[in-house]
Amino acid sequence: MMPTNSSAEFRAGAMAILPAAVAVIPFGLLLGARSVEKGLSTAEIFLMCATVFAGSAQFVVIDLWSQPAPWAFIALTTLLINIRHVLMGASLAGKLGGFSSPGKPVAVSFMADEIWAMAERRALEARLTPAYYAGLAGVLYVNWLVWNMAGVVLGTAIADPESLGFDFAFTAIFIGLLTGFWRGTQTAWVLVASSAAAVVVKYAVEGPWYIMAGGHAGVMVAILVWRSGDDAGKAHVA
Amino acid sequence: MNIDPATFLAIVAMAVITWLTRVSGLWLVRFVPKGGRGAAALEAVPAAVLMSVIAPMVFMTGVPESLAAAITLLVALRLPLIAAVFAGVGSVVMLRMLLG
Repeated sequence: MMPTNSSAEFRAGAMAILPAAVAVIPFGLLLGARSVEKGLSTAEIFLMCATVFAGSAQFVVIDLWSQPAPWAFIALTTLLINIRHVLMGASLAGKLGGFSSPGKPVAVSFMADEIWAMAERRALEARLTPAYYAGLAGVLYVNWLVWNMAGVVLGTAIADPESLGFDFAFTAIFIGLLTGFWRGTQTAWVLVASSAAAVVVKYAVEGPWYIMAGGHAGVMVAILVWRSGDDAGKAHVA
Repeated sequence: MNIDPATFLAIVAMAVITWLTRVSGLWLVRFVPKGGRGAAALEAVPAAVLMSVIAPMVFMTGVPESLAAAITLLVALRLPLIAAVFAGVGSVVMLRMLLG
């Protein structure tokens, strides 16, 4: 691949992730500040953001944190929240044809929800390149570290994601991305099944089980409503 | 640079578990049949996961959030993503003031 081509791809990825990067700012500030309140040192907070890089898991875990850290409980909670990554990675795997063998595990190591969703969306219309993915991941990763550290310094007073509707920004981004994955009536069944399962489980069970329940329900329904001949005319870049 | 041993252990456990969930899909997908129902299952993942993540906000939070989600969807069907995000965030702020 030509270097100029790569830098254009990198920039396109960086631009695509920009709305999500802006939306994450108050969450980074809030998480950094809350982590300080829970007694974590700056070095510990940086280490967590840099090695875990999973906002929803970090938020839940920080709320549960006590000193000394209940590490087994924290590990189990993290697994529960992040188990959705297994489905996401399996889906993304088929779109990493442009990546080297070591490049694939490196790429999915940065698979935050927003990066994954943008990469899936890109694969609908073009071949997903490592440079584009690096643009997505690089911007969101550095952004996450910077705003968490800013939250450590600035404290809790400054950031309330709800006050400016930032808490809705990710919902809006994901609704916008969802429209790209429409495949006709089978998608309608998937959405109905996922919504119903997620709502019922969220209502009935404490904790983040609803994501896995909704994800599995949608996939199960897709398997059930599949008819031979559905594959015709679908040009997926593998 | 002070790092408490129990905290360090917890963070490392979080990092390792998160990483394993992220890479395991690459390996597990080898056992999914190519084409047919296997392909249909994988193809449904983005819509299924995204819908599940947003379902509580869209359906269970309140009238402002549900209305804003509908507005976001209508805008997203016609305009670029960034316009849909602005429309969604703008409408949720206004609707919360009006209805909340």
